[in-house]
Amino acid sequence: MVKTVIPSSLIEALEYLSNEQYRFVAGGTDMLIQYHNRSLLPIAFKDNIMYIAHIPELLSVTEDDENIYIGACEPLEALLKNDLVPQLLKDTILEMASPAIRHTGTLGGNVGNASPAGDSLVPMYLLNTLIEVRSKHSTRRLRIQDFIQGVRKIDLHPDEIISRIIINKLEFTKASFVKVGPRLSDAISKVSFAGAITLVNGVVDDLRFAFGAVNITVVRRPDIECLYINKSLEELKASIDEIIEKYKPYIKPIDDQRSNKEYRTTVSINLLRGFIEEL
Amino acid sequence: MTEIKFRLNGVPVTMESDPNRRLLDVLREDFEMTGVKEGCGEGECGACAVLLDHEIVNSCSVPLANCINKDIVTIEGFAKTSRYKVIKNAFEEEGAVQCGFCTPGMMIASESLLNKNPNPSDQEIKIGLSGNLCRCTGYAMIIKAIQKASKDGDGLW
Repeated sequence: MVKTVIPSSLIEALEYLSNEQYRFVAGGTDMLIQYHNRSLLPIAFKDNIMYIAHIPELLSVTEDDENIYIGACEPLEALLKNDLVPQLLKDTILEMASPAIRHTGTLGGNVGNASPAGDSLVPMYLLNTLIEVRSKHSTRRLRIQDFIQGVRKIDLHPDEIISRIIINKLEFTKASFVKVGPRLSDAISKVSFAGAITLVNGVVDDLRFAFGAVNITVVRRPDIECLYINKSLEELKASIDEIIEKYKPYIKPIDDQRSNKEYRTTVSINLLRGFIEEL
Repeated sequence: MTEIKFRLNGVPVTMESDPNRRLLDVLREDFEMTGVKEGCGEGECGACAVLLDHEIVNSCSVPLANCINKDIVTIEGFAKTSRYKVIKNAFEEEGAVQCGFCTPGMMIASESLLNKNPNPSDQEIKIGLSGNLCRCTGYAMIIKAIQKASKDGDGLW
């Protein structure tokens, strides 16, 4: 018999986790669909379940000089209205799901779910996001690319919970997110892309690209980005084909019910090309 | 079993139930609120939409555990308001109802939108309805109906 607990504080949640293993339900928009068995019966979860959507410590959005701290269970729609949330993340959230799902879905859920097509992960990789995880006795902060280890694989210990998403405050000359899906809302991405650039006197000061749904995790390659820092905008534009060649080994999508390898590869590369050409 | 308290259409409710149940099943089976429809059961069609703390949610993907101390309004409760009458009249006038299966969800989506944005643009209406599917009308009449409701209900939202 699996257990269900509804802790009313983070301390209570961490106490439960120090004794037994649980899976988390935040908004429920993924977990309920995954485990629903097409009946009127309660959802037949296979593990102990902890409901965390209402825990006050997971619902705050705060800032300091360098970072924005987003509670793991703050609903996506509330983030759209929060002045602290970076515009690139807001642009992405607007493309995610529908109003109904944004009212319950959370960033913590998108991170914990670790789908290669998780839309919010793409700007979060771009913005050097840290994932804060808490246990009864410790707090760890991991880079998102270290926390997410593969398809639905995360570096979360059995006694830990995702508490906050920590996003660097950054200004760019241009930053954009593009999602390619079959419908305005409620569509899981075929591919997604985010790019950001800062130009100082026509010279590249910062350059970042992130690709969703083309590998087992979001693709970001600082080793390629750094090759084009301190180049002029003209030199960057002249290097488009070279940049594309450098990214090709990492754009390794799969065929599935939503799209196929050829389409995903071509569109991803076109999105990269388009971002640079339109600068 | 857990004691769960919430407000349903303005009335305080206390029930002993399994927190792992879907809100959709609780509303239809325990309270016979069959205006809440099950379409896809996956959060894609919006037929099961209700208001939770006055914002649209899909009741097929809301666990009962997440309803504790919340304020839930279904189409049955919303039908008692003057805002509903304006939306109903606009849907009728503009031909926004055909088979009717999506209509409760569409009306909940309209209320959730107009409550936040009493004078939405066409694009804002499309975003507001983007989680609700209709296989009859082609949406144009529904968009017109919301424009009309926004105009006729001036001051209500």
